[in-house]
Amino acid sequence: MAKKFIHPYIPNSVPEVQQEMLQEIGVENIDEFFKCIPDEQKVQGKLDLPDPLLSEAALKRHVEGILARNQPAGNMINFLGGGCWDHHVPAVCDEIAARSEFLTAYAGEPYEDHGRFQALFEYASMMAELLDVEVVNIPTYDGSQAAAPALSMACRITGRTEVLVAVSTAPDRLSVIKSYLYPDIKVNLFDYDSDTGLADLDDLSARLSDQTAAVYFENPAYLGYFETRGRKISALAHEQGALSVVWTDPASLGVLNPPRAYGADLTCGEIQPLGIHMFMGGGRAGFIGAPDDERYIKEYPSRLFGIAPTTHREWGFGDAAWERTSFASRETSKEFVGTASALWGITAGVYLALMGPEGMRELGENCIKRTRYALNKMAGLPGVKAPAIGTHFFKEFVVNFDGCGKTVAHINAELLSRGIMGGQDLSQVYPDMGQSALYSLTEKRSREDIDCLVNELEKILSA
Amino acid sequence: MRAKTKIRDFHQARWNEPIIFDLSTPGERGILLPEIEPEVEASAGGALDELPGDLKRSNPPGLPEMAQMRVLKHYLRLSQENLGADLNVDIGQGTCTMKYSPKINEQFAASPQLSGLHPAQNEDTVQGTLEIMYQLEQFLKAISGMDRFSLQPGGGSHAILAIVSMIRAWVDDRGLSDTKDEIITTIFSHPSNCAVARTKGFKVINIYPDPKTGRPDLEAFKEAVSERTAALLITNPEDTGIYNENIKEFTDLVHAHGGLCSYDQANANGIMGITRAANAKFDFCFFNIHKTFSSPHGCGGPGCGGVGVKEHLIPYLPVPLTSFDEANNRYYLDYDVPKTIGKIKDYYGVIPAIIRAYAWIRSLGAEGLLEAARVAVLNNNYILNRIRAMKGAEAPYAEGEHRIEQVRYSFQPLKEETGCGFDEVQRRICDFMCHLWSSHEPFVVPEPFTIEPTESYSREEIDEYLAALEKIIEEAYTNPDVLKTAPHNSSIHHIAEHEYLDDPKLWAVTWRMYNNRFEGYFEPKKEQQ
Repeated sequence: MAKKFIHPYIPNSVPEVQQEMLQEIGVENIDEFFKCIPDEQKVQGKLDLPDPLLSEAALKRHVEGILARNQPAGNMINFLGGGCWDHHVPAVCDEIAARSEFLTAYAGEPYEDHGRFQALFEYASMMAELLDVEVVNIPTYDGSQAAAPALSMACRITGRTEVLVAVSTAPDRLSVIKSYLYPDIKVNLFDYDSDTGLADLDDLSARLSDQTAAVYFENPAYLGYFETRGRKISALAHEQGALSVVWTDPASLGVLNPPRAYGADLTCGEIQPLGIHMFMGGGRAGFIGAPDDERYIKEYPSRLFGIAPTTHREWGFGDAAWERTSFASRETSKEFVGTASALWGITAGVYLALMGPEGMRELGENCIKRTRYALNKMAGLPGVKAPAIGTHFFKEFVVNFDGCGKTVAHINAELLSRGIMGGQDLSQVYPDMGQSALYSLTEKRSREDIDCLVNELEKILSA
Repeated sequence: MRAKTKIRDFHQARWNEPIIFDLSTPGERGILLPEIEPEVEASAGGALDELPGDLKRSNPPGLPEMAQMRVLKHYLRLSQENLGADLNVDIGQGTCTMKYSPKINEQFAASPQLSGLHPAQNEDTVQGTLEIMYQLEQFLKAISGMDRFSLQPGGGSHAILAIVSMIRAWVDDRGLSDTKDEIITTIFSHPSNCAVARTKGFKVINIYPDPKTGRPDLEAFKEAVSERTAALLITNPEDTGIYNENIKEFTDLVHAHGGLCSYDQANANGIMGITRAANAKFDFCFFNIHKTFSSPHGCGGPGCGGVGVKEHLIPYLPVPLTSFDEANNRYYLDYDVPKTIGKIKDYYGVIPAIIRAYAWIRSLGAEGLLEAARVAVLNNNYILNRIRAMKGAEAPYAEGEHRIEQVRYSFQPLKEETGCGFDEVQRRICDFMCHLWSSHEPFVVPEPFTIEPTESYSREEIDEYLAALEKIIEEAYTNPDVLKTAPHNSSIHHIAEHEYLDDPKLWAVTWRMYNNRFEGYFEPKKEQQ
């Protein structure tokens, strides 16, 4: 008889233990528990899976062998951004995110999981300061899954079913928004100026009506530039009784006004820049910020953690306005809620506490100045148009290479061979922009990195 | 109970940690950023000042100012006030008890070879990750019998969103939007099934359990199914742990009326290698990758939902899928999905959870997965046998039958006999380093609690949990005040005044909101009085 399968992850595989447990239950063998499953529904034979790598050493060797085939941008001079950015992740963020107590917890009560309730309340509180709002949710799946529900909230708040979304919206986010809001909410687009990138206010005005629930735009925009007329856009929305919903990059808010300052009613975005690794786009979480207004709070689908007294005058916490959630009210709830991205909320809280106001200011300054420096240097390259769109930039800008007679794919392949990840190729998604790339500069990109890029580009473009 | 099982003399860490803003000292720094080099300043120094008026922030954000060690200590202390599954006996989190997340898999997830990847990198530079995504999909296909998987959703509810979005697209694509407008689910299926169905424009019909057998009421179901049925969203076994052996009758009936069937396998822990979604003729299924295939829950995510479909629904999956080009021996992101619902999440999925699941399945193989399911079910029936014998507790439905991976119990007798019900037991069990979850609403089973042991807990740990339950029940009969004033040994004491969480005039979901409403310790602000 083959040796009994006893795995370190399955303590009660020990035959003697199983036998004692079975005896106590009063059954002969484990198969009896599955007699309720009809034979035709049962798996015949073994699942078709590879043989197990039973020792930890063998598993480690195998998985690390596969991972060795990756060439991480994080190990290179990286200029990729476009929604997932190569910011520095402080060591303390990694330390806290890896703590067993937080990492392996799930849905403990406000007593035995007091820590996560307080940490997430504090995350929301620090985000509220950054965004200059009173209400911030426990994180959603990602920034796009914050933008889409924010628009859905706006529809319920206004009692309307049509939203106007800037055509400059990040393409993937627009796909999420359209998919999420279908079929009950109609998504219409408003145009932009292809030189400045700014919203076409005439087009926006023409499309706005008393049917419009919300006007949505992003600042900074996906292509890196600032929308400088946020106040005007919000005012146009408000004139028609619509809400202004603005997506923003929290990394910018140490130096930039939060959207509420220019009229946003709902602010949303992605917290990956706040201490979360890139993970090939797999480390993400979203926020929705709102004013202290019951009409807004009651429309949140996400969880909100409130502060409450205990019988011994401690800080206690719990779910606020629980009845609106799908946990409480099933199909009569506000959309739905489930496991999303709480750990990244805790991590982003750690990040904001480490950074403080001065750190966030320096982060913004680093991004803006390094971006301008790179822009100035690249603009001097023959045949290169930089910027290709927009006037003022946060940490990204578009470079057009049409005048060089080379494709972005070719340029990036050459850069890669020199240890540089060139900017994101836009030629497939934005064919009208020709051979263009989105270059991203975080605080990690030193003058030397940028000079190195420009020197190598000079060689590649003249070859 | 065996002789060596003892009630633990436990007290959780109690740090009384202030709210972080009260730890701020002006001028302290937690981390420094790179200095701007003189050349950059010379070339670009004006970039900030040149921003148009509306853009520049006038007042710095009111974040705390803290030295690094102070931040670290604050969060370490909060972490100690949190009982993760690595520390406690978490089997009271039925429907989603987390299994052990092996530490070697954490090393893979945290590897710079993974964490440092950017999603827009050339596919040739991310072949390792693409291979893992592709291979995990092959494993899930084998485990479920489905034909294709998307790993894009960020959790189980998000997977339901992907599925119902596909159902929506499929219905509309066939010109049936006006006629197929109902989705049937069961009251014991996860609330996201019905909530998402409504969000995607469907009417929802909930099937209740047969009061005797606990299975979804077959007669009520037959009455509910019609040409209007777009889909059935159902769990099996449901939260009761009772396997619905008629499941194929359910799926056959929906198919006969031209509808689709989706299997909510958020928790497949008791049936891995035993039965498969395809065997009961489901069109869709999804796994909570983090739950069944071991990825830590992170206080409520990030998780990962794997959505499986049969052949005829592949064209609707979210993009991109991960495919393999045999001719060039190369994995790639596949956007060739003709009727795709588009994207439901940025990029490709929760990569750290995906690699952990891959590693977990590789470490166990087919035999190990089967053993995990068998032991999870053994553990569950061991607990069921013990709780059935406990005074004050009962296991409604299916009397005398075995269950699969979990059981929904009731403290109704305890409530009637002692005045202490679920709420009191839940607060008291914290004092014994254990957790008891409240179950999904509505409480069809009165005073409900759900226990699911998984395969990860040893008999000793299960015994310890049961001993704590027995002790608390005894207290309920002899000294109920101990329960009513619980917890005593937890990080904080009883939150008795729920109006602070439910009353719009009192609730405060951020510190800023608190300070606008209160001063000191929940004293209403003077100007508001």
